[in-house]
Amino acid sequence: MAKVELALQVLTGAEATAHAMRQIQPDVVPVYPITPQTPIIQTFSRFVADGKADTVIVQVESEHSAMSAAVGSALAGARTMTATASQGLALMVEVIYIAAGLRAPIVIAVGNRALSAPINIHGDHSDGMLARDSGAVQIYAQDAQEAYDLMVMAPRIAEHPDVMLPVMVGQDGFQVTHSAEGVALLPDPDVRDFVGPYEIPNPLLGGGASSHGTFAMPDSYFELRHQLVQATEAAEAVYAEVAQDYRRRFGRDLPQIDAYRMEDAERAILLIGSAAGTAKEVVDDLRAEGERVGLVALRLYRPFPHAALRAALAGARRVAVLDRAVSPGAYPPLYSDALGALQGSATTLQSYVYGLGGRDLSQRAVRRAFAELALPAADRIGYLGLGGEDGDGEP
Amino acid sequence: MRAGGTVLPGDVARPRTGGWRTGTRPAVDLSRCVDCLVCWIHCPDTAVRQRGAVFQGFDFDLCKGCAICAEVCPTGAIRMVSEETPLDPGGVLPGTGVLADGQG
Ligand code: SF4
Ligand code: SF4
Repeated sequence: MAKVELALQVLTGAEATAHAMRQIQPDVVPVYPITPQTPIIQTFSRFVADGKADTVIVQVESEHSAMSAAVGSALAGARTMTATASQGLALMVEVIYIAAGLRAPIVIAVGNRALSAPINIHGDHSDGMLARDSGAVQIYAQDAQEAYDLMVMAPRIAEHPDVMLPVMVGQDGFQVTHSAEGVALLPDPDVRDFVGPYEIPNPLLGGGASSHGTFAMPDSYFELRHQLVQATEAAEAVYAEVAQDYRRRFGRDLPQIDAYRMEDAERAILLIGSAAGTAKEVVDDLRAEGERVGLVALRLYRPFPHAALRAALAGARRVAVLDRAVSPGAYPPLYSDALGALQGSATTLQSYVYGLGGRDLSQRAVRRAFAELALPAADRIGYLGLGGEDGDGEP
Repeated sequence: MRAGGTVLPGDVARPRTGGWRTGTRPAVDLSRCVDCLVCWIHCPDTAVRQRGAVFQGFDFDLCKGCAICAEVCPTGAIRMVSEETPLDPGGVLPGTGVLADGQG
């Protein structure tokens, strides 16, 4: 395995993402600013203005327009990226469904943020979950380095002939977008070489005649939606293939599932995103105290890596699933997905919600979840940090 | 079916939107037609046929019976008639003339 040794730079997740975009040089970026995504496009716009990236930035009047322009651009034959968050993503969702249905491979950087009301600019995964069933691939970074790496990997996943779908690269608002840490950027030519040229079948500006966005009656709609399902499912193997090539070339390993100290773990936590860092610290501390605990963090959320998750959790008897989003009146999304993946297994799951609207997940709260896994299963959703960061779940 | 429902030339051998008509279809009084092709340019379904600048009647496999042609024809040559009304090929009212290509 080649290991590329590179100097660390102090960058926020948003800046690291903008550097990935600078290196990839998408042809077109239609975008509208929104916190906490704004530093992505602000930094990238500066690169373009300084002549460091040859990209047409299309300034639009809303995220609905941004995504609409992106669909036309991607189908025309131009590598296309955009970025959004929260209400902007909510406004984009209608067109994300269309982009997925039309098989337009657009990379969308997302600074995941809570949804109104009440208005809140901080991180959670409610916005991403709005697009959960669109067919778009969803990957989530744990930190700024991963936000960069996954952004470099994203075009290859989006544009793979078996996939041809939007890919949303999520990073937790503020906790990743605005937190500066050491990030190692790859050399520009290596990124360009890794990503390769943009090639899609029948681009509108490719010289041939083609109709996109056609009408499908009951005699064909179902088949075309089923094709979309298959394409999203295919993205799991494509993610693995792209991650493997990334590791081979650059020595960085970003498997779809990050299984941490799961070797002989009896109890585990399953979550997505930046809270993995906190959970890993707690796992280390509890391991030092002799407890057999571990963490599984998903990088790939859509398609949901059913088999890989089953394998990662095979030895664990009890798993706390920590969702950073709610589905009022039902179990939250990650828990429901994990339950589906673990049907028939001996592993039992416990549902927790944490971190809505940017509330930090404290180490104490993670410890509490692990401790409760040693108790008889409770048939309810636990709320970590409700009533204060170290809150016990009572409002 | 192609990914995303994309359609390329030749993918659909013969679209038959004519089945969407609901009881009436256009008929032309050829003796009043001046080959202006205003109907041709307005027809939303490419159902008005032409050769060069000569009106060639209607393609009833495509015509959805919207009546736009009848509305826009400046000489009043087109009117909507019942599907049961007997017409010469191409939708020509009997006794008003014969289409230039002779096959309607
Ligand atoms: S009625 Fe006339 S305008 Fe309408 S579809 Fe038929 S030919 Fe075309
Ligand atoms: S609009 Fe009327 S006159 Fe003109 S070509 Fe059509 S049928 Fe003939």
